[in-house]
Amino acid sequence: MATATATAVAPRRRLHRLEPAALQGVLMREIVNFSSFWRSSTFSSTVDPTIYLLAFGFGFGSLVSHVAGYRYIDFVGTGIVATTVLFSAAFTSMYSTFIKYSFQHTYDAILAAPVDTEELVTGEGLWVAARTGVYACVPLLVAMVFGLNASWGMLLVPFIGGLSGLGWANFGIFVAAKAQRIESFSYWQSGLLTPLFLVAGTFFPLSGLPEWAQVAGNFNPLFHCVELVRHAVFGFEGWVDVWHLAFLVVFALIMWRLAIRYMERKLIL
Amino acid sequence: MQRMDSAIRLRGFVKRFGGITAVDGLDLDVPFGSCVGLLGPNGAGKSTTMKALTAQVVADQGEIEVLGYQLPGDSKQARAMMGVVPQLDNLDVSLTVEQNLLVFTHLYRVPAGRRKAAIDRALDIANLTERAESKVDHLSGGMRRRLLVARGLLHEPRLILLDEPTVGLDPQVRQELWALIDRMRTEGISILMSTHYIEEAERLCDTVTIMSHGKAVAVGPPRELIDRHAGREAVEVYGPPARLHEVEVTARGRGWSTRRTGTSISILGGNGNVDIDGHRRVTNLEDVFVLLTGEEIT
Repeated sequence: MATATATAVAPRRRLHRLEPAALQGVLMREIVNFSSFWRSSTFSSTVDPTIYLLAFGFGFGSLVSHVAGYRYIDFVGTGIVATTVLFSAAFTSMYSTFIKYSFQHTYDAILAAPVDTEELVTGEGLWVAARTGVYACVPLLVAMVFGLNASWGMLLVPFIGGLSGLGWANFGIFVAAKAQRIESFSYWQSGLLTPLFLVAGTFFPLSGLPEWAQVAGNFNPLFHCVELVRHAVFGFEGWVDVWHLAFLVVFALIMWRLAIRYMERKLIL
Repeated sequence: MQRMDSAIRLRGFVKRFGGITAVDGLDLDVPFGSCVGLLGPNGAGKSTTMKALTAQVVADQGEIEVLGYQLPGDSKQARAMMGVVPQLDNLDVSLTVEQNLLVFTHLYRVPAGRRKAAIDRALDIANLTERAESKVDHLSGGMRRRLLVARGLLHEPRLILLDEPTVGLDPQVRQELWALIDRMRTEGISILMSTHYIEEAERLCDTVTIMSHGKAVAVGPPRELIDRHAGREAVEVYGPPARLHEVEVTARGRGWSTRRTGTSISILGGNGNVDIDGHRRVTNLEDVFVLLTGEEIT
């Protein structure tokens, strides 16, 4: 046994909240892991929306040639960006967060390192958002094969997708943090995500719906994503796009704080 | 600037979960450079105590100080200088051994120029250099546990927490891990180890704290605890249940302690004066453990 009294000096350097070094660690873990499963992840995130695009483009497109002043393939090709965002951000986050918490105990290992829950959630959200921004471009590329014209505004789509993705990634973390069992995801999926996904102006314009549904649609983050992407591709429309952007920013902020709050409840006893 | 004598210092640590008090006023010290064992039956509060040291459990009452930092407020600073080897394997199984370590050099903020050396050193300590390229999925249970230890040593911590380090391992593999723990100890790393393998604590620990129902019921070097609570020699008497009961009553009547050891009864604390026929053996920490934490399985 060490009998000598060790004299040690604890450096008084304060570690702060949201430190870049901690975020880098969390992101690094995701990036290295992604290198082992990027194929399957990219497959599902790109093939799903492509199928929707083809099904609606050809199926519906044979019935209607123009919708809301756009060629239908242009309308749906830009709208499906939001579908990709939902699939690749919300669903990925819900399942991967729950699996890492319940089955892999990954968060125990990360929180034993100098990383706080706030940094953990922020890092995970940013990573999923970045991936989502890249995947958001896929439907546009597919639509271009079917005649969508390229435009400079398209270069903004990864950023719009990334911003929406940040909100939905944090939404997914929040849902996973609230869930006691993975089965409870069904309530969120069927009760919330499916209606939001359909009533977002992706496949048909909200203007054809009853007034209450149009009003409700204004609270759907996917609707704002759809509109902003469409306007980025075909031309911005001024203040209304500032409103769409502001809504997405606020959605991401609220979901970010909620995800942190509920993950702290789950991880810190 | 601050002086400290202990790597870990707990005073009156209390943690309740709903109506259950998991830890009920625990004092614990891990002096620098020593290996301390936290012993106790399941439900004694060992895991809660271990989690409190990384601030994944926040105390309801009491003080927790790790490497001179007050928890939970300054826990992040403390975590930057300590390593944790968890009971549950939480390696990234689809990655290689080396990739697992690489990720944690980032999480533990090893400077970019030193990452490679840190990984090589950790691989060497855990004797996994040959397996650096193997996927974790393909490792044996013992190798995975060694990798967990290596991961906890990447940033050259001054303190390491080992939560049931050898649970579920074969005896041969357990020996290997003991050698590894002993090596850390000789290198001057302070160690807190929770375990319910009593032999493990007896071999490796400078002092042990035996916990029962959230409290420390005995603290001291293993040999000292054995001498104090069980004496130097135990007399183990075999026989049918009626005979064992009779021996129990007689021994207790003379002021000795007894414990059931399956098919026999051990008379403890007799210090050579026991005149009942039986197999004489050296007392061990298990005798103390059972005496102090009770024979009933709760």
